[in-house]
Amino acid sequence: MSKRFLAPVFAMVGGLVLAFSANADPVDEELVIDDIPMVTRAAAPEGHPFDEVLSGWLFREAETRETEADSFANPGMLAVERGADIWNTVEGSAGKSCASCHDDAATSMKSVGAQYPKWDAEAKRPINIELQIDKCRVENMGAEPYKFDAEGQVALTSYIKHQSLGTPVKMDLSDGELQDWWEKGKELYYTRTGQLNFACASCHEDSMGKYIRADHLSQGQANGFPTYRFNTGGMVSLHNRFRGCIRDTRAEMPKAFSDELMALEVYVTWRGTGLSVETPAVRQ
Amino acid sequence: MNFNRRQALALSAAAVAFAATGLRARTALAGTEETEKRILDFAGKAPESGKITLTAPEIAENGNTVPVSVKVDSAMSDDDRVVSVMIVADGNPNPEVATFHFTALSGAAAATTRIRLAQTQNVIAVAKMADGSVFMDKKEVKVTIGGCGG
Amino acid sequence: MAAAPKPRVKVPKTAKAGEVVLLKTLISHEMESGQRKDKDGNTIPRKIINKFSCEFNGEQVFSCDIDPAISANPYFEFSAKVNESGAFKFSWVDDDGSVYTDEQKIEVK
Repeated sequence: MSKRFLAPVFAMVGGLVLAFSANADPVDEELVIDDIPMVTRAAAPEGHPFDEVLSGWLFREAETRETEADSFANPGMLAVERGADIWNTVEGSAGKSCASCHDDAATSMKSVGAQYPKWDAEAKRPINIELQIDKCRVENMGAEPYKFDAEGQVALTSYIKHQSLGTPVKMDLSDGELQDWWEKGKELYYTRTGQLNFACASCHEDSMGKYIRADHLSQGQANGFPTYRFNTGGMVSLHNRFRGCIRDTRAEMPKAFSDELMALEVYVTWRGTGLSVETPAVRQ
Repeated sequence: MNFNRRQALALSAAAVAFAATGLRARTALAGTEETEKRILDFAGKAPESGKITLTAPEIAENGNTVPVSVKVDSAMSDDDRVVSVMIVADGNPNPEVATFHFTALSGAAAATTRIRLAQTQNVIAVAKMADGSVFMDKKEVKVTIGGCGG
Repeated sequence: MAAAPKPRVKVPKTAKAGEVVLLKTLISHEMESGQRKDKDGNTIPRKIINKFSCEFNGEQVFSCDIDPAISANPYFEFSAKVNESGAFKFSWVDDDGSVYTDEQKIEVK
């Protein structure tokens, strides 16, 4: 029989059961991706509850931050590359690809993702990148709209938003009726729902910087979406995350791209005004 | 009052006894004995400490993706050469994680990958040298349960 | 996963003779561990990349035997000593027998 050379260990199954138990400051570090400096701290726009808006990157552990800072090590770039393939692939009855009309996305889509959601005058509601892609597919390509969170939808959205890497988020709330949707989104942000009776603000405003079990709560910014999650080993779209948060409060989840979630996207995106687009961000 | 993450964990230590009653369905785990057996199968004898350095975060932000690096102090020429490095984890359903094989063309016996850890456990790296000697390093990685779908 | 696994590799374009360079590789793959169950309680069969290897001008540089404890989208970083110009060939072997490959040249100055 061999001598034991590994000390026995006691398995630690548990975690933190005390919600919002401790506070920790976000890190004071610079994020530079592919030589582009990211704005991870910005002066908040007028009417914002915080003085400074902070990227979720500042709240993550070193290994997560490093993975995002290295665009090769970032597995989210696999989705971006897949999006580039789709951009150049002909689909639908009109025999067109995205590139047929928009040529090189590096030029045509530069900084575009930083300005969405915009106002869709025809539909009389806000439009985000995902819905804009669908509109193009249906109206110009003669292709089917994507099902929510279809691999192609997430990859193409990631690719388009990645063309704004580093560009500060700046929406035009004077566009159409966006201001009304902002108001509606704000109301939802502060409305407590679910068996846990949490509003968005319960975690991302009142408890920002604290821990909910082992998760360091950020401001819940949208600037890095779609984002790569270590947890699922895949990309997570903004509406997927909205629904996930709402599910975690044990509430009924509104449908992706519903009026509720579009209003929330308008408001939450505005809360991150001035932060660089980080798509694809890397989170835990 | 501000706490850092480690202090926050320490605070929660009191909660562990409660959590140990089993909030999660547990599969059978590899455990220390099976892990030792796996190491002996690979190394042929109990490894010494030294020469190999395993780098892993003390606290993993998510157990599904934990970066680990190994580096062996070796000239990577003639007899002073690393043949293989095996990584095992003693708290996963199976201890095996990965085995790296180096050659003279590797230039350096160093590699990085990302691994899955089902819970807080020891990650062990064992290096087998061309002269038959074996070395190991061990790091405990704490795996926390996230608050949000984690 | 809808799309076929797609490799990415990062190799410096040039190196000095005898230089040890850092190589990085990533491939899109779900790495289904065989430990998970579907919603009906049936075990989802294991499907992982089980072997990765790197050759330079036909000679073995580095390889790795892979178990299900490697994360989705497997990432490997390792080094190579380059004595001459040539091409690195990378290959990933899937449980289903598929082999995914990539190649990258390096010039020794």
